[in-house]
Amino acid sequence: MREFLNQWMPIDASAHGHQVDDLIVLTHWLMAVLFVVWGAYFLFCLYRFNAKRHPRADYIGARTHVSTYGELGVAVVEVVLLAGLSIPAWYKWTHLPQKDKNPIEIHVVAEQFAWNIHYPGPDGVFGRSDPKLMSSTNPLGLDPKDPNAKDDIVTLNNLHLPVNRAAVIHVTSKDVIHSFKLPVMRSEQDAIPGMDVPIHFTPIKTNDNGDRWEIACAQLCGLGHYRMRGQLFVHGAAEFDKWMKSAPTAFATQ
Amino acid sequence: MALKRQVRVGNQWMYARDAWRTLEEARRVTLEEERLQQQHELPFIRKYVFSTDHKVIGLQYGFTALCFLLLGFCLMILMRLQLGWPGQAFSVMKLIGAMRAPGGVLLPEAYNQLGAMHGTIMIFLGIVPLAVGAFGNYLVPLQIGAPDMAFPKLNMASYWCYFVGGVIMLSSFFYSGGTANSGWTSYPPLSDIATHGQTFWLCGMVFLITSSLLGSVNFLVTIIQLRAKGMTLMRFPFFVWAQFVTSFLLLLAFPPLEAAAVLQMMDRLAGTSFFLPSGLVVSGQVLPNAGGGNPLLWQHLFWFLAHPEVYVLILPAMGIIAEIIANNTRKPLWGYRSMVGAVIFLGFMSFVVWAHHMFLTGMGTVISAFFQTTTMIISIPSVIVLSALFISLWGGSIRFNTPMLFALAFLPMFGIGGLTGLPLGLATADLHLHDTYYVIGHFHYVVAPGTIFAMFAGVYYWFPKISGRRLNEFWGKVHFWISLVCINGIFFPMFMQGLAGVSRRLYDGGIQYAHAKAIAEQTNPFMSVCAIGLLCAQVPFLINFFYNAILALLGRRNEIANQNPWQATTLEWAATTSPPLGHGNFEVIPVVYRGPYEYSLPDSATDWTPQNQESVEPALPPGGGMLPEVAVAQREM
Amino acid sequence: MDAHAHAIDAGHDHGGHHELEIPFNVAPRPDTGVYNAKLGVWLFLASEVMLFGALFSSLILLRTGAAHWPVGKDTLHVLPATINTFVLILSSVTVVLAWANLRLGDLKMGRIFIGVTLLCGLIFMLIKAYEYNLSFSHEHFPKTNNFFAIYFTMTGLHGLHVLGGMIVFAYFLTFGSKMWKTEPARFTNRIEVVGLYWHFVDLVWIFLFPTLYLL
Ligand code: HEA
Ligand code: HEA
Ligand code: CUA
Ligand SMILES: [Cu+2]
Repeated sequence: MREFLNQWMPIDASAHGHQVDDLIVLTHWLMAVLFVVWGAYFLFCLYRFNAKRHPRADYIGARTHVSTYGELGVAVVEVVLLAGLSIPAWYKWTHLPQKDKNPIEIHVVAEQFAWNIHYPGPDGVFGRSDPKLMSSTNPLGLDPKDPNAKDDIVTLNNLHLPVNRAAVIHVTSKDVIHSFKLPVMRSEQDAIPGMDVPIHFTPIKTNDNGDRWEIACAQLCGLGHYRMRGQLFVHGAAEFDKWMKSAPTAFATQ
Repeated sequence: MALKRQVRVGNQWMYARDAWRTLEEARRVTLEEERLQQQHELPFIRKYVFSTDHKVIGLQYGFTALCFLLLGFCLMILMRLQLGWPGQAFSVMKLIGAMRAPGGVLLPEAYNQLGAMHGTIMIFLGIVPLAVGAFGNYLVPLQIGAPDMAFPKLNMASYWCYFVGGVIMLSSFFYSGGTANSGWTSYPPLSDIATHGQTFWLCGMVFLITSSLLGSVNFLVTIIQLRAKGMTLMRFPFFVWAQFVTSFLLLLAFPPLEAAAVLQMMDRLAGTSFFLPSGLVVSGQVLPNAGGGNPLLWQHLFWFLAHPEVYVLILPAMGIIAEIIANNTRKPLWGYRSMVGAVIFLGFMSFVVWAHHMFLTGMGTVISAFFQTTTMIISIPSVIVLSALFISLWGGSIRFNTPMLFALAFLPMFGIGGLTGLPLGLATADLHLHDTYYVIGHFHYVVAPGTIFAMFAGVYYWFPKISGRRLNEFWGKVHFWISLVCINGIFFPMFMQGLAGVSRRLYDGGIQYAHAKAIAEQTNPFMSVCAIGLLCAQVPFLINFFYNAILALLGRRNEIANQNPWQATTLEWAATTSPPLGHGNFEVIPVVYRGPYEYSLPDSATDWTPQNQESVEPALPPGGGMLPEVAVAQREM
Repeated sequence: MDAHAHAIDAGHDHGGHHELEIPFNVAPRPDTGVYNAKLGVWLFLASEVMLFGALFSSLILLRTGAAHWPVGKDTLHVLPATINTFVLILSSVTVVLAWANLRLGDLKMGRIFIGVTLLCGLIFMLIKAYEYNLSFSHEHFPKTNNFFAIYFTMTGLHGLHVLGGMIVFAYFLTFGSKMWKTEPARFTNRIEVVGLYWHFVDLVWIFLFPTLYLL
């Protein structure tokens, strides 16, 4: 089943992704078993109880209670999937890594139709931002007077991450609802204006080899929804630092 | 207590105990009226336009809804052309105007309009009015032995509210700003700041909701109050149960959407900020609204309706399928009681699963665990109903006529749709699948080869009842097989796309995305070809339908469509003529002696014993009045 | 048309053409104990509960999420609203009296009480209009903030319900009362049913008043 589904699924480059994939695979097993068993039974009935072959119906019909056990079986498997996999995995998904894991924190602010990616820079503190200051050159409305903002790095549509280090990403939006989706990271979070929701994952593979990994927008956000995409770069630690140093700071151009 | 009460009202005495006598009286009046109506026809407009006869209203609903279904499909054909061959010019696109498709190339904003309208039209203007307004209206009073719905005028008002709602929705196509374009879900802030088409959408929805509310009150009262003598709850045809639960869902789930629509209307027209948080910046401009609102509020109100709504789409379909399967296996439904229990349970549960559409809005563990659990629980009653239908086949004597083919295909198709709901209901799996084509595939399997097939099955099955003519079997089978193949060709690849992570509502089907390009290019043209094939497959149906409908209107019956061509046991067949009498339905209101599906009773000479037949022995049913030879001859077909 | 109106007993004839008699339109069905319209209105009220329930839930959600929420006492006008509460409660009593008198066969008193109920509705609406005006003159509009937004939406929707009830009462006071001559029991039922609706509208106000004005 896993190989079968993997034909279509994007590669999984995250630490938690296998939990998502396991659950998808197991659920599809359940579905396949139900489908095949009922399907075979169904075809048999159509053949065996065709009016030509079986001219007079039996008033009572089936006398077994196998189906009740079947239904119980389905319920049990569902409980296992739920309590054994889905809920624990969701628990991990919604609990951020401890600070001692040294996660890299990033803000992602969606707008029609682009992703603004905001790094705190070397000081590790995000600068203050204010909607009134937003402009095309200052898409996040960072306050130039705020010293914390000076070293912040803001990129458009390009998310750079170091490999094997937890990433905590605060997702929000300036205008309408978008959805921040990283298929290769098995991660997604709606970007909702007025809310700042942190998600986290740990990339375990890099695409320094040139593979194209993308940020997709999964929620209808207007006429440019279909082209609202960004790129994800996962670097080895050294490359990542190199990129950090070379990236222009928020007010570099001003 | 009520039985003993005597009340003097004005100069009339009312004896509650004599209520049954009122029923008798109603029968006499009905007969009387029949006689009168033959002498003095109602004017055309009262009889066919502003009619209060549930059968005429049912037909009005049915015809309008089928037209909307076709329209919804045609909109989708335009979208599928764009998805299959993005950016290419098609001359049919010009039909929707140069401002939406200059030179025949669809614009992204127009794609979004078509998508929102496809979803809205299919659900609110197509399936619900067809499944409830048309089938429910026409059949429920007949099946429970009632002369009409409890409130005939309200019934008429319900249809006309629907009609006005539909006209408002459609008129937005002619408005220069275009139709609503924020998806059928209309999530704010996008919908709050959208063009005026959204206001049309909201107004239209208010009318549609009103229509559904009037209709559902009417259904519930009819089913509870107007049952014929002997029609106890466990003698209801399953279809009646399905309509009963459906009406409860409509009654209780729609008002929150009405509230939401009013709030969104205020946001759009009065400048409030129910759904707008502070500090929104749209295209570089700070919105002037006061802010402080919450966009998730809309989602809660919307899905509180919309999840029960999806069961509104499926329950009547299950009801139709159950009728047809019992009839064409010539045996009672297996596990009728557990099916009834299951749909009632389903009805209750459907109010507590709504947030499974919102797992990725930032939901914590506890709340998500709750909604995942309820979602898994709600899958069990569906499994029970489907299992019961499957097991009903065992020991049957299955006739493969057109309605039965559609009904049989419903089972595995709904199965696929329902099963793919399971990974979506597990939040962790939804993390990858949410808002991808996997979701689109999931629900289309339930609504298209599921509900739409059930609707087709119903049309083929009850057409003789309504018109006195049977639809052509050969063309029916052509319609069935091509539709079955094509519809799977459209929707199955959606699961592959969804697993690949292709988002929904993408104007170009995803070819710009690295992870989606390959699969989109491989499958989209094929799916679009299948969609066109599906459209072509409807041509024999349309011809079959209109040809026979017109001949029936001209009063020409065909011999096969006797009173009761399928030899069915339920009252709509066994106790009335085909087509039924005018207003009033029954010559004599039937008395019910047995359960709905007494097929192949061991002691009976025939393999069907109508509900209104007192003793098992006589081979001839009172209403049907068919010769045994005819009956045998028909069984061969 | 005329010919057939003669043919049947006038009791079954409404407005020029003949209509089908629906069972249990007037007398209750023995096994359920209610007549159709009564069951209908209870179901309708269930849906109304969901409608206002959704709005109340929205109010709670918005309020708990708000950084600052004005207190109704300070910004709204409690006195007219208090008077309005009593006006509505009074009208709930008069509508019961109207029904009771009709049950006793007294159309005259019945009509008087329907009239009083209608008048109460009118007074309520006038006071409400006065209150809206006061708010507007203080530059308080729906768009001012979410408190006023929900205040105007909920009271507005409630006002529409009052208006709907008034139209029905006006109808029964005028054209609608013709039914008394032919079907007094049915007419009495109609007043009972609209009375149930009216109680509900009253009840909604009794919830709205403290939530918006006092808390
Ligand atoms: C009629 C409509 C209908 C029905 C019946 C269902 C039924 C179910 N739905 Fe579906 N759903 C929709 C219509 C429907 N849905 C729509 C329209 C959407 C998308 C809305 C939007 O976003 O636009 C949606 C979206 C949707 C989501 C949100 C996905 C997302 O956005 O990420 C979820 C998540 O839990 C879900 C779950 C379920 C579940 C668990 C069921 C269960 O009730 C299913 C239970 C059924 C079974 C388990 C089948 C049992 C079958 C067998 C045992 C036999 C098998 C045998 C053979 C096949 C031979 N649905
Ligand atoms: C009941 C609901 C319903 C039904 C039946 C359908 C039916 C179909 N849908 Fe639809 N669809 C939705 C509800 C429905 N859809 C919704 C809610 C969405 C999401 C919208 C959004 O994103 O907001 C959607 C989105 C959607 C998409 C995704 C678009 C996107 O995300 O960008 C696609 C893509 O292929 C699609 C295709 C189809 C197709 C090919 C059919 C076919 O199966 C159509 C089959 C139709 C028929 C076979 C017509 C039968 C009628 C007749 C033959 C008429 C007879 C007339 C007379 C006798 C008078 N639909
Ligand atoms: Cu942003 Cu879709
Ligand atoms: Cu749902």
